[in-house]
Amino acid sequence: MSFQPVKFYQTGTFTVGNRLLPPEERSVQASTKRFNSINSGHRACQGCGEALGARYAIDAAMEAADGRVIAANATGCLEVFSTPYPETSWQIPWIHSLFGNTAAVATGIAAALKVKGQTQTRVVAQGGDGGTTDIGFGCLSGMFERNDDVLYICYDNGGYMNTGVQRSSATPPAARTATTMAVGPEPGNVFGQGKFVPAIAMAHNIPYVATATVADLRDLEAKVTRAMELHGARYIHILVPCPLGWGTPSHDTIKMARLAKETGIFPVFEAEDGEIKSVLAIRRPLPVEDYLRPQKRYAHLFGKTPAIETIAHIQALADKNIRKYGLQARKGGH
Amino acid sequence: MLKQTEGSRAVAEAVAMCRPEVICAYPISPQTHIVEALGEMVKDGTLSPCEFINVESEFAAMSVAIGSSAAGARSYTATASQGLLFMAEAVYNASGLGLPIVMTVANRSIGAPINIWNDHSDALSQRDSGWLQLFAETNQEALDLHIQAFRLAEELSLPVMVCMDGFILTHAYERVDMPTQAQVDAYLPKYEPRQVLDPAEPVSIGAMVGPEAFMEVRYLAHAKQMQALERIPAFAAEFRQIFGRDSGGLTHTYRTEDAETIIVAMGSVLGTIKDVIDEMRQPENGGHKIGVLGITLFRPFPLARVRESLQGAKRVVVLEKSMAVGLGGILSTNVRMALSGLHMHGYTVIAGLGGRAITKKSLHGLFRQAEQEALEPLTFLDLDWNMVNKQLEREKAHRRSGPVAENLLRDVGVVAARNY
Repeated sequence: MSFQPVKFYQTGTFTVGNRLLPPEERSVQASTKRFNSINSGHRACQGCGEALGARYAIDAAMEAADGRVIAANATGCLEVFSTPYPETSWQIPWIHSLFGNTAAVATGIAAALKVKGQTQTRVVAQGGDGGTTDIGFGCLSGMFERNDDVLYICYDNGGYMNTGVQRSSATPPAARTATTMAVGPEPGNVFGQGKFVPAIAMAHNIPYVATATVADLRDLEAKVTRAMELHGARYIHILVPCPLGWGTPSHDTIKMARLAKETGIFPVFEAEDGEIKSVLAIRRPLPVEDYLRPQKRYAHLFGKTPAIETIAHIQALADKNIRKYGLQARKGGH
Repeated sequence: MLKQTEGSRAVAEAVAMCRPEVICAYPISPQTHIVEALGEMVKDGTLSPCEFINVESEFAAMSVAIGSSAAGARSYTATASQGLLFMAEAVYNASGLGLPIVMTVANRSIGAPINIWNDHSDALSQRDSGWLQLFAETNQEALDLHIQAFRLAEELSLPVMVCMDGFILTHAYERVDMPTQAQVDAYLPKYEPRQVLDPAEPVSIGAMVGPEAFMEVRYLAHAKQMQALERIPAFAAEFRQIFGRDSGGLTHTYRTEDAETIIVAMGSVLGTIKDVIDEMRQPENGGHKIGVLGITLFRPFPLARVRESLQGAKRVVVLEKSMAVGLGGILSTNVRMALSGLHMHGYTVIAGLGGRAITKKSLHGLFRQAEQEALEPLTFLDLDWNMVNKQLEREKAHRRSGPVAENLLRDVGVVAARNY
């Protein structure tokens, strides 16, 4: 394997960068022989978490399937920024049909491969949170319950960013979007609404469900690799910060993803056959304020009179995640 | 081989002989018997290799077919009515992507009010979706058209809808001549897709297209349908050679040679119309010069053939099981397009909506009225004006006149009476 020794600059975190690993343990993306399934030159915004997540996820899937992956893609940012012809970024067979049918299209592809005996070719479906948790949810649930041989990847940036930052069922409470305006007595998105699709996926008892963020790309790759070892319906839900929709600097995408995990806002875990097998532990939980304050979508919480109760409510939700998923690292653990 | 069987069963057996590789099934009356029969054949191994997928909606049914067709598998599904509307977005997508899916539409009305019986509202709502649309007159033609549909779809890389009247055909037991597997294999070559999702030769399908090329892509969809129009007679001719009977094609005429009055219609009602024509043509009944033009191919619409078939007539009566609300007829609007510049009387007759029986008695009266030029340009056959007027009066009298359909049912005594 060809590699360049790279000096390790990563500071201010508790993680170990993968470039320090011996070459044989390095990530798919660290290899100069990576597939570049989604090539450079696409039109994603600077600092796009989805572009980063897709690059790592699909390359890892390609590595696992020996270069034989077919992708179905929902309408959305990923589809739009990657395809205007003749500049398609996709180096793999790729199809976009509609916004709400990606899981079903993937089912069809998997059925065709099965009937033709091309079982070494694997199928990945992908969409944003709108295409997954809202409009595509019926088809997603159908694909899950039939246990079709598809890995579905949801890139969750908490809203309909492609159409101009509107609320989805994955938009977190209190967040401002174009349809959950930061006005009135309870500005931003409503508490007590929305859904966490990884938990719903687990309720289907499918072989594999995992969450990941673009802050822990090694973990993301490992989860895609594990998912590709299994057959049947598999689901990976990746938190991908959106500088445009969140109102964060482009250079802070990784940082925001890490804060989402380190505060407990976004639990990172993996589950097999409906049971949680492992979590990405939080060594020193950070207050949610650290995560909320840098984001303009929460600016209304930090005005002249900070919305202390609202922030406390979000903190309570994060604490609940830490309890529910057992995210707090035990003393002395890694 | 001749056999007595249900329309749905005959279609299912014909579809199975076409060796579909992926079948998506979602139940909706009156289509259900077709996919049930196919599911059984897959499960007991008589249809193999084939994946039979029970999906969660018609939208998913068409979407699975899109995926399987794009991955190179011969793909089939069936639907009707609300199901066709529910999958409409994917119906347009399948033709836009140029995927040769074959779908049976067991024609049924569209609600509200919900109604499971036959008319052509469902299929005709998708007339501009880019699918080819064939209408079967009999169960024999329904099964034959499915075999032709796969051939047509795959040659042209366009999806094809085979429309057959719900219940009237799907649930009728009739004698049909079942083809042999060898005949079907001789007629239908192996599917060679024009585009396929293949890791050995990766392509992007379904990319964003802007104003710089969208018009041209859409024009090509039209041009392809025009190609279909030219090639369908040849496919029908080849079918006759192998199977020994006439089926499909653009149109069928019956006793139109010297006809002064020509009826135009689609689907199973053609049988009733032909009986009426035979009776009216008998000398003792006045020897009326009347005939009928049956439209087999609705999309692309065979304008030239229709014009040629109708131009000798004095009057044309389009009898259709569909309605363009606020305009009149759908089929008649298409027929009128074929007759532009010709001077003749044209009548639109809306008949048989939601399964209302179209009787010989009513047709006798209707056709005689047409001959005397005594028909309104737009007629609703056997409409109960009492029922209609009573509701209109009620709406005049009361602001909260209540739900329309339920009022009418109460008037005809189906629901327990409650007076306003």
